Amino acid sequence: MDNKEEKPKKKSRRDFIQQMSIVGAGTVLAGSAIFAGYSYQKKKKQGDRIKVLTANNELIEVDKNDIIKLSKSVPADLTEMQKRGREGIAGKRWVWVIDLSKCRNARKCMGACIGAHHLRPEQCHINVLKMEESEHTPPYYMPKPCQHCDNPPCVAVCPVDATFKRPDGPVLIDNERCIGCRFCIAACPYSARMFQWTSPLKEKEDEGKIYDVELNLPEKKGTITKCLMSADRLRESKLPYCVSACPNGVYYFGDENEDAVTNGTTKETVRLSKLLEENAGYRLMAELGTKPRVYYLPAKNKSYPFQDKDKPEAKESIKDNNI
Amino acid sequence: MSENSNLDKVTADLLKPIRFNTGFKLWMTFLLVSFAVCMYAYTIQLREGLGVAGIRDYVSWGMYIANFVFFVATSLVGMLISAVLGLLKIKWAAPLTRIAEIIALAFAAVAGLVIISDMGRPDRLLYLFFYGRVQSPIVWDVTVVTTYVLISALLLYFPLIPDLKICSENHDISPKWMRKLYEILSLGWQGTPEQEKIVNKSIKILLVLIIPVALGIHTVTSWLFAATSRTGWDSTIFGPYFVTGAFVCGCAAVIIAMYFFRNSYKLKDYITDMHFDKMGKLLVLVSLVYLYFNLNEFLVPGYKMKKFDAVHLTDMFAGENALLFWSIQLLGLILPIIILLFKKARKPLPMLIIALFVLVGGWFKRLIIIVPTMEHPYLPIQNVPENFKIYKPTLIETAITLASIILVLIIVTVLSKIVPILPIKETVEIENGDETNNI
Repeated sequence: MDNKEEKPKKKSRRDFIQQMSIVGAGTVLAGSAIFAGYSYQKKKKQGDRIKVLTANNELIEVDKNDIIKLSKSVPADLTEMQKRGREGIAGKRWVWVIDLSKCRNARKCMGACIGAHHLRPEQCHINVLKMEESEHTPPYYMPKPCQHCDNPPCVAVCPVDATFKRPDGPVLIDNERCIGCRFCIAACPYSARMFQWTSPLKEKEDEGKIYDVELNLPEKKGTITKCLMSADRLRESKLPYCVSACPNGVYYFGDENEDAVTNGTTKETVRLSKLLEENAGYRLMAELGTKPRVYYLPAKNKSYPFQDKDKPEAKESIKDNNI
Repeated sequence: MSENSNLDKVTADLLKPIRFNTGFKLWMTFLLVSFAVCMYAYTIQLREGLGVAGIRDYVSWGMYIANFVFFVATSLVGMLISAVLGLLKIKWAAPLTRIAEIIALAFAAVAGLVIISDMGRPDRLLYLFFYGRVQSPIVWDVTVVTTYVLISALLLYFPLIPDLKICSENHDISPKWMRKLYEILSLGWQGTPEQEKIVNKSIKILLVLIIPVALGIHTVTSWLFAATSRTGWDSTIFGPYFVTGAFVCGCAAVIIAMYFFRNSYKLKDYITDMHFDKMGKLLVLVSLVYLYFNLNEFLVPGYKMKKFDAVHLTDMFAGENALLFWSIQLLGLILPIIILLFKKARKPLPMLIIALFVLVGGWFKRLIIIVPTMEHPYLPIQNVPENFKIYKPTLIETAITLASIILVLIIVTVLSKIVPILPIKETVEIENGDETNNI
């Protein structure tokens, strides 16, 4: 008997909750729609038109709100730094060309990189490898930075959006976000990523500095560190550390949108498309579909001979890797 | 045959192990002390960073990840015995369901912890929930493993409800608060037909649910590797390859547990030679399937010997890792299959030894799936110290891995001491008759 009396009571309470939740959801939806409309109008109102010159020498008129201001001043807090680091530099498509015929294993690039990012020598972001495709093909030196792929496998697997592809080209890592799972190391076919296994080399020296995503300083224990295309230098319109340090004219760096790249040693600026065409430029392991932003020019007519003293290790590494 | 006296005897026998005797206390002290020692190693890792382990930039996943895969693998046996054999109504397996579920729960739950030991920044664990990206297989893995732990816990608990009631009424169990706890946990069970119906229905739903989830956890775990383009991992059969391997490990773990429960808890009348015989046959079956996947995984690329595959496979077949590779294949898979074909080998003691070989082989198998691939990237490893090129596990990471294994033993021991390790109801039903129905 008790049960029977309780039943209608229960039902009405459920109905009440049901109705209330419908009303509640409706209110929230309507509210957010009104708010969205309001903020859209507000944004629109401010819109003045402004004339700008594009890379193709065309004068076009754009909305003032669409223009992102490039500020030279350094943001004061971490959130601003992280935001800036993720947005990148509007209108640019950074591209890198490495001329293998010029590399003689001077390793100034590695030194500059280690110095700029406070790295241990064995964890340099750029590594000059001694390569030999097969037994009877000539050996050569190959500087290997992160390939800054347009289809980066490392970014795809990151569980927390710590590593990301920036609109202007580089693949960066936010060490304030990284959880240290190292899935990106496993996913990268170019072995381009390193990890801070213990306390960073210059931990004491860098203490108290605001973390800069574009420079990866201060380095953080238990997180990934990698080549950043010297994103901090790009912001100052300078060439990357390694590119400027090269004494042999190996590196070209520039903007794909402008179709122009500048040699880091001679400071000579050339057409990207022409450089790639005349020298049969290619990308490393393009068959993996990673679409690297780094182009290589083959080691044809080498400016320097391959050092015989380098041979044994080169041979050894080939035995390991190419049978 | 009076059913009641039989019921009383079975109940008494199955409830007998539920007391904290000296043996239990000694064993637990041993486990807890070793656990504490091993956890000290983890505090060192927390302080110094992951560098205390042997992993470096090239081989960046080592023992921790191998151990994680092994744990997830072993936990799959809960699904095999409860769900697959249960839904097929294979009677002999019914008394083993609780052992299988306890193993499943313990291994799956600790797998979640093991993965934390591999994190460079365990303090940022919650970022997975704040910033989780659905595109990442790690997020899929976290989701399915959590779901599997939950379903396994329920699948352990629901069939336990009637037994909890029996425990709460048993006055041999002390202290008193434990009986009170059983009473609360039995959720007012009285064994009415209506209650039976609800419990049976819930169990059935869970049994069906757990099959895709269990396949999911290990398939997704295999994708952590197969989603990369590395030689040795870049394989389309990794999902089924891992799942079938999981059943091999799981069956071995259940056989080992059966042996110890049968002896220490004096359950020789209930975990009989027949059960060992059947489990032996089951182990042969799953091992054969796994062998088939091994053939595919190694023979197909081995026949072609493509440039990078050749480096990897030569290392496995005749190089640095050959001894480990062949030991695992022979001692952990092929020889057990052959030996278990003989009826004499399917007795408790030989089965224990074989299962130990299979389980240890299974652990090393995970290591050899992971490490050699990372030792052979596409580009040569140069300009780094020797310990970057070849992976050598350290004492600290071994201790941390041992801690996780000890933790599983602790969970299994405690659970088996507070609940009847064999389901009372099912065992009574079997004792009461239709032995002929055994397959």
